[in-house]
Amino acid sequence: MTNAIAPLKHTPLFDLHQQAQARLAGFGGWKMPIQYSGITAEHQAVRQQAGMFDISHMGKFALKGQNLAAQLQSLVPSDLSRLSAGAAKYTLFLNQQAGILDDLIFYCQGQDQGILIVNAATTDKDRDWLLKHLDPSQLELTDISQAQTLIALQGLKAAEILQPLVEDDLTSLRPYHHAPVTLLGQTAWIARTGYTGEDGFEIMSNPALGLELWQTLQDRGVMPCGLGARDTLRLEAAMGLYGQDIDETTTPLEAGLGWVLTAKTDFVGAAALVQQKQQGIKRKLVGLEMQGRHIARHDYPILDGGHPIGIVTSGTLSPTLGKAIALGYVPPHLAEIGQELAITIRGQAYPAKVVQRPFYHRPKSS
Amino acid sequence: MSFEYPEDLKYLDSHEYVRLDGDIATIGISAFAVDQLGDIVFIEVPQTGEAVTQGEVFGTIESVKAVEDLYSPVTGTVVNSNQAMMDAPEQLAEDPYGEGWLLKIRLDDPSELDGALSASQYRSQVEGD
Repeated sequence: MTNAIAPLKHTPLFDLHQQAQARLAGFGGWKMPIQYSGITAEHQAVRQQAGMFDISHMGKFALKGQNLAAQLQSLVPSDLSRLSAGAAKYTLFLNQQAGILDDLIFYCQGQDQGILIVNAATTDKDRDWLLKHLDPSQLELTDISQAQTLIALQGLKAAEILQPLVEDDLTSLRPYHHAPVTLLGQTAWIARTGYTGEDGFEIMSNPALGLELWQTLQDRGVMPCGLGARDTLRLEAAMGLYGQDIDETTTPLEAGLGWVLTAKTDFVGAAALVQQKQQGIKRKLVGLEMQGRHIARHDYPILDGGHPIGIVTSGTLSPTLGKAIALGYVPPHLAEIGQELAITIRGQAYPAKVVQRPFYHRPKSS
Repeated sequence: MSFEYPEDLKYLDSHEYVRLDGDIATIGISAFAVDQLGDIVFIEVPQTGEAVTQGEVFGTIESVKAVEDLYSPVTGTVVNSNQAMMDAPEQLAEDPYGEGWLLKIRLDDPSELDGALSASQYRSQVEGD
């Protein structure tokens, strides 16, 4: 567990954030930039051009061990057996009750090697979970969370901007794939993944190279973006935020993550999921759109016919759509697209409607 | 960073300002508060004819990330509210002391502003020494 009185950690880019007069706040045990020029401007930069985020706070584990995917398979509900080197998989850790311990990405680097990237606040919990359930004589886990920088370059023009800085051909790096590359003449690792709903890359390297990359991108006009814009971007893309939309009390079936459940063998939480599937879920995560200007926020009650039936987990004014959007849990019979509901905002009920997720689709590239 | 603190206004430590003109008080929020909030995306204040009470919440202002209450510096009756700012809240930042006013209130008792902060008092409160 994160010690409440432990000082907030700084990423290797912290001094640059301070020099840029970014607004800083605690997040997941780290002191992180929330915004630089402004959340809306940063959000629009990613949707229209590109933006860069310091996400070095994310938990990063380097794993080594024979048949690594097979070892991890008992802890995740996704099929890892067909992953080849260079492929990545979004998946979950579940507890025995199928509550979500964390959401994460597994990057396969071959039979015996891989990287896990997990949420910052859950890094210690995840490491303990892995060490408790896997055989330490078979698995070597190195926590590289503080040793490496991780920079997300996201947006329509991310590939165009990054290509001149790497010797490798980025067009051959497909979405949800990753590769070791030569970046600014040095070794780095690039994944074509992200948390914004746009094309983009996540670039891991030693801190010195991370600093050089950040400054090079800034010199080339890439806008630095904080966690505020990261939050509005991911919400438009209807990606859940761990600790807010999903947590140990929600299951993947409730959270709309049924597509993740592809494992063909047993895993922690499997029995509970089978049971929940038979009995049916009692609540379901839906996308909501306010019908007026009022903005639904985390923890606001959702009403049907004047009665509280659910709760908003995330909400904001969508900078792209100009409408107030939200994610929230409602009973399945009220989860149909078009369902009219209401949300209590400062003691008053305002109309909302269940809408298709994601709220935002990026334009199809040609 | 330096902000404007017009000398002819009174301020609350909750960042509202008051411009007094006879028994009409114009209320808005300070440039410092606007900067602290970031992009303003929602404003809600009472309509003409409604009553407001000194020290009590009269409305709401929201940025992308935060929801903040607005506290009334005065007691009285709303004679006008700035619909243009409610329709386009992002514009408030451009002119918080002018076009960005929020409410005009007819005061019950003009002397109740005696306890409000002067420009220099407010400035030293928010910026420190």
